[in-house]
Amino acid sequence: MLEIKDLHSAVEGIEILKGISLTIKKGEVHAVMGPNGSGKSTLAKVLSGHPAYEVTSGEVLFQGKNLLDLSAEERSLVGIFMGFQYPVEIPGVNNAEFLRMAYNARLLNEGKDEVDPLDFDDILQEKMDMLGMEDKYKERSCNDGFSGGEKKKNEILQMAILKPVLSILDETDSGLDIDALRIVADGVNKLNGDDNALILITHYQRLLDHIKPDFVHVISGGKIIKSGGKELAHELEAQGYDWLTTAN
Amino acid sequence: METKENSVADAIDNDYKYGFTTNVESDTFAKGLDEGVVRAISKKKGEPDFMLNFRLKAYEKWLTMKEPAWPNVQYPKIDFQNISYYSAPKPKKKLASLDEVDPEVLNTFEKLGIPLEEQKKLANVAVDAVFDSVSVATTHKKKLMEVGIIFCSFSDAVKDYPELIEEYLGTVVPIGDNYYAALNSAVFTDGSFVYIPPDTISPMELSTYFRINTEETGQFERTLIICAENSYVSYLEGCTAPQFDTNQLHAAVVELVTLDNAEIKYSTVQNWYAGDPETGKGGIYNFVTKRGKCQGEKSKISWTQVETGSAITWKYPSCILQGDGSVGEFYSVALTNGYMQADTGTKMMHIGKNTRSSIISKGISADHSSNSYRGLVRVGKNATDARNYTQCDSMLVGDQSSAHTFPYIETGNSSLQIEHEASTSKISEEQLFYFEQRGISRENAIATIINGFCKDVFKQLPMEFAVEAQKLLTLKLENSVG
Repeated sequence: MLEIKDLHSAVEGIEILKGISLTIKKGEVHAVMGPNGSGKSTLAKVLSGHPAYEVTSGEVLFQGKNLLDLSAEERSLVGIFMGFQYPVEIPGVNNAEFLRMAYNARLLNEGKDEVDPLDFDDILQEKMDMLGMEDKYKERSCNDGFSGGEKKKNEILQMAILKPVLSILDETDSGLDIDALRIVADGVNKLNGDDNALILITHYQRLLDHIKPDFVHVISGGKIIKSGGKELAHELEAQGYDWLTTAN
Repeated sequence: METKENSVADAIDNDYKYGFTTNVESDTFAKGLDEGVVRAISKKKGEPDFMLNFRLKAYEKWLTMKEPAWPNVQYPKIDFQNISYYSAPKPKKKLASLDEVDPEVLNTFEKLGIPLEEQKKLANVAVDAVFDSVSVATTHKKKLMEVGIIFCSFSDAVKDYPELIEEYLGTVVPIGDNYYAALNSAVFTDGSFVYIPPDTISPMELSTYFRINTEETGQFERTLIICAENSYVSYLEGCTAPQFDTNQLHAAVVELVTLDNAEIKYSTVQNWYAGDPETGKGGIYNFVTKRGKCQGEKSKISWTQVETGSAITWKYPSCILQGDGSVGEFYSVALTNGYMQADTGTKMMHIGKNTRSSIISKGISADHSSNSYRGLVRVGKNATDARNYTQCDSMLVGDQSSAHTFPYIETGNSSLQIEHEASTSKISEEQLFYFEQRGISRENAIATIINGFCKDVFKQLPMEFAVEAQKLLTLKLENSVG
């Protein structure tokens, strides 16, 4: 599904990713871990097409096509979803309306008719029930004044609405208390099936107790320095990143 | 024509010789302004004495005044002797079909979603039988006359309803109110007049668009709207389509009067040419005086404006809340981009008891533009229990633009309640990326954010107007973000 080959990327002339290679198949869950500043979030932004991140060399194929040729909007429409580490507040834009716009953009792209607010409300309500979200999420402006945990839930709600092929969740666990973490993780597990894939970017092991990864990769200094199964996460939890980064 | 200074006045004084009365001679005055020119305008229009006196007083006053220096705008000094103050109304050149219209203009119409037949009218293409604007306007006029509403050009009103003009003209904006109002009072040539008789709800929104007089009203436009007891009218001025004009200076005056329990809702969409986006050259200077007087008890005046054009905008649609329990409202969206400068806001003058006013101002500045809100809330000593709510929000697009807020409050008694809220925000690249990551185009993202920012004002506009205004803002900002 996704093939990243020797990806290099820079922000404002400073190279952050220094040769990442990673292959992800349908139905897989990959955890990307690593210390702060290692390049984890940069990888998420590069894959989703953030304009500030320049790809200096390398290749990314998504479902056999060159992903780097596509704009952020086009990448979303082909099924790439990023759950933001810091979801942006959009004052004055109703959250339900924002979600409907995103949903309709997909429908239009598939040559289908848009849904009206009433029909969309049914779709939205079902997903909100699944995530245990209150009605106020519909009425408020998108992320505006949301707590950290509320913002993260709202990201997962969007994921549920958009049904992406590949989801990249950037530090989705940060800011969530234990209960919220469980709800969010349950939601993600329900959404993840055999036809889609998941990249979990996280600093801590705790998210991986709820969403079981098939593979764990450790990024440091802009490179993947170790890959393994889910037991690698436990080692990291026990020993920190130092034993890997210093050994490297 | 002679170049000596008094040529126009001489010409008028010598009707016979120059044949002005038969209207076959040149129909544009030589440049320059003096008393003779003022007299000549009045004579040319066949005005009664009270109008001539009004103009002459205004002219005398103007001579003693100075151009205001306080607005937060910069422009080269205007040479008032280098303007021609009278040009006989002449129909614009008719085009045979839309094919003759500048494709750039058509493209803008398209983006604004203006219906085809309406495009033709705006571009001054001769309209076919299906949509005859004159007949539409005539039908409207007939319908209005049935309920006793007068809606006509200012010139016609002076001829047909001189007593109304004499009673109300200059009662809201006195001739010496400010430099440009004085100039307008001396030399205005035409405009609109509306009278709503008592106990009448206007059966339709009155729009300058449907005024029969399609000729250019010139750079000194005059509007007077009177709404008698227990009546209501909604009036629309301007349109979203870009407007060009050869006159750089526009100094209009609009006066509104409401009697007991009457309400006027006045909406404007202004999209005058703003000048070269790179240099700002050639844009319109829009120096307008708009003021309403709530003369009667419990009357209401509501201004809604969407200002998106002109190189310089200088306007403060205001309310004099004279009648007890009267209400003034001001809703404004002012967008500046390129090198535009806007200094706009309102004045709420609380005179009567229990008067209320609210001000919602949304300023959007992009590129190298400068956008200032200037508002005054003045509460007189007899205006007990007055209340004001002011909300003043600015949005910056890019990092070269600026936004300024100048709120003034003057109070003559201690029983008033004033609330003031202000905020500044920015359309950020991160917000746009967030939309794009959800598959929503940049264009839709900007439109949605701007619409969200402006919705408190847009919801005051008539529906179609609101939709067009929203598209207009998006169109203007498309190239400014990022």
